[in-house]
Amino acid sequence: MSASDHSPAAVLNGSEAFPHRHLTGIAGLQPHEITFLLDEAEKWAESNRARRPSDHRLDGITQINAFFENSTRTLLSFEIAGKRLGADVVNMAVAQSSVKKGETLIDTAVTLNAMRADVIVIRHSSSGAVQLIASKVDCPVLNAGDGWHEHPTQALLDALTIRRRRGTVHGQRVVICGDLMHSRVARSNILALTALSAEVRVVAPSTLMPGAIEAMGVTAFHNFDEALEGADVVMMLRLQNERMSGAFIPSTREYHLRYGLTHERLERAKPDALVMHPGPMNRGVEIASGVADDPERSAINEQVEMGVAVRMACLDVLTRKSRGVEGWA
Amino acid sequence: MTVTFTNARLVCPSGGMREGDLHVAGDRIADSGGGDTIDLGGKLLAPAIVDLGVFAIDEAACARGGIARVGLMPDQSPVLDDPGIVQRAAAMGKPELWVHPIAAATKGLAGIDLAEMAIAAEAGARAVATGRRWIADSGVMRRVLGYARDCGLTVIVHAEDDGLAGGAVATEGETATRLGLAAAPAIAESLAVARDIALAEESGAAIHFRQLTTAKSFDLVRAAKARGIAVTCGITPAHLYLSDIDISDFRTFARLSPPLRSETDRQAARAALADGTIDILCSGHDPRGPEAKRLPFADAAPGSAGAETLLALGLGLVRDELVTLDRLFALLSANPGRILGLDTGTLSPGSPADLIVVDADAPWRIDADRMAASAGNTPFDGLPVQGKVVQLWKGGARIR
Repeated sequence: MSASDHSPAAVLNGSEAFPHRHLTGIAGLQPHEITFLLDEAEKWAESNRARRPSDHRLDGITQINAFFENSTRTLLSFEIAGKRLGADVVNMAVAQSSVKKGETLIDTAVTLNAMRADVIVIRHSSSGAVQLIASKVDCPVLNAGDGWHEHPTQALLDALTIRRRRGTVHGQRVVICGDLMHSRVARSNILALTALSAEVRVVAPSTLMPGAIEAMGVTAFHNFDEALEGADVVMMLRLQNERMSGAFIPSTREYHLRYGLTHERLERAKPDALVMHPGPMNRGVEIASGVADDPERSAINEQVEMGVAVRMACLDVLTRKSRGVEGWA
Repeated sequence: MTVTFTNARLVCPSGGMREGDLHVAGDRIADSGGGDTIDLGGKLLAPAIVDLGVFAIDEAACARGGIARVGLMPDQSPVLDDPGIVQRAAAMGKPELWVHPIAAATKGLAGIDLAEMAIAAEAGARAVATGRRWIADSGVMRRVLGYARDCGLTVIVHAEDDGLAGGAVATEGETATRLGLAAAPAIAESLAVARDIALAEESGAAIHFRQLTTAKSFDLVRAAKARGIAVTCGITPAHLYLSDIDISDFRTFARLSPPLRSETDRQAARAALADGTIDILCSGHDPRGPEAKRLPFADAAPGSAGAETLLALGLGLVRDELVTLDRLFALLSANPGRILGLDTGTLSPGSPADLIVVDADAPWRIDADRMAASAGNTPFDGLPVQGKVVQLWKGGARIR
């Protein structure tokens, strides 16, 4: 690995390598701290593949997954990650309607705190909600997605996937295409990938492109074909159902015409370019089935696999202080 | 009661600055007098503040802020669109605070049917307003302006195009993009201003934009004034001191309506204040408790408690040399008084003795936890400022 991959672990000891109490976002993380989490996750990826028996380092730790917004995949991934490390995992699925009122959100945070959770994983539909909860509890908080703001573990698992498949993130031309405006996955990925010195291009119709996005260090395109030229990685975003008909795009078939990833379109990218998608996919809308299922190109299943490894790493690192791990307590 | 203030630095928006004495006889400023003498030791003596467009009657905050009269927005519960409700609102703060109700321009502020403006005016309303929102239907707005002109009432407008601003909680730009907040472009304001100026010009109605915050809006108002249209506009200190970067970290106390703008627009607002385009500096006082503010940013209510920080922040603009002291009191007292049809805001003999004595240099720190207001939601928490109200007189009687 080259020096430009921001590898820190050799010089920083213990909590110096990751001095943060919570993981509320990629914003605020130094490049070497991101790399540290990726290195930690890499180890878990290997041990998961080797089907080693469960680790027990989180024995006696209570992990609460408080999901204020529906999720299947991310919730399952966090649950498996916690259980593989021996944590007692409790899932709290809260119907969105009952927590729409804010005092309830703070009250919920205070309640979780009173139950002496050791780590809380939160997903919420409002940007900034996870930070708000983190400010009210004594234990580490892990953001599993807040509104359109951030989804840091998704960005970490994407960076890890790119690093494993392409050897490095540095200098990779990554094209992120889709509904940038409403996407926390895009925001966290832009932050992580630019921090790791990738060249990031974003593509969306102007109706789904957030203002001043270039200030985040990316190049904005409205034409997918132009953006794809010479790409190393093509990351497709999910188009939410409620935005498919009329208000933001005329129709799904028109969207597919301009922004759907097909084999033909992919030819503009590098011959060995990697295709990624955070899932769940709308086949035939943002991505053609043939591309999604192409074992040569698609890293979509590996992303899911890396998700568990990254979440194991985050749960381990964030609880080191309370577990009294040497150098972290 | 007869009082003579001596050794005062008198600040009069119409008469300028002078040092000397001021006489009060009964509830009015007088040519001469005697009675008790109050030596002000060189402190400022100025017309008390008339705060145009507050959302709550908050006597304690107003007393501390040197505010003797407020123009109360119609966005109350119930809405100020009925003579009984208007009358009751007008009586609510007396004697220490005089409330001048601003009636709803449309029934229930719904933006559809004309409200009973003349009846509301008889009940004590001093102007009409569109409330917290813009009137989206241009046909309705045209009728509102024409009818208000017939009644001799100024229409106070909130200018944000709903089609662009609907659902947005921030101004489009880097900060909103990084935070993942629903954002509207700044032209949501100037688009609304352009339409309303066109309609006001056609009808000849007097229109006041309660808060303008973008460069393009100021350009439009500047040009309209040059054409002789009866247009005025106001601003709160927030948009002169803060920009959208202040909502970073999801600070809900900085969630305002209209939202904080770009730094470029903030600079344009300061220029518009300096060149006379802006007529009024108001607090937009809107105290909100934790149930409305201790929420994720987008779920929190907009607005800030501003009554007791208005003067100190205004004096900061004098120190920044954007405005002179007498011009500051034109912005704070004389101009808002004129829109409400009051004879206040001046130290000329015969005017109401609504006065404040100000120690302009007294330092203090704005502290959200120690505000007199019914809630401490200030975006200026922790800011060191200068200028304290040491006396407040309303109609010749000392309130503070």
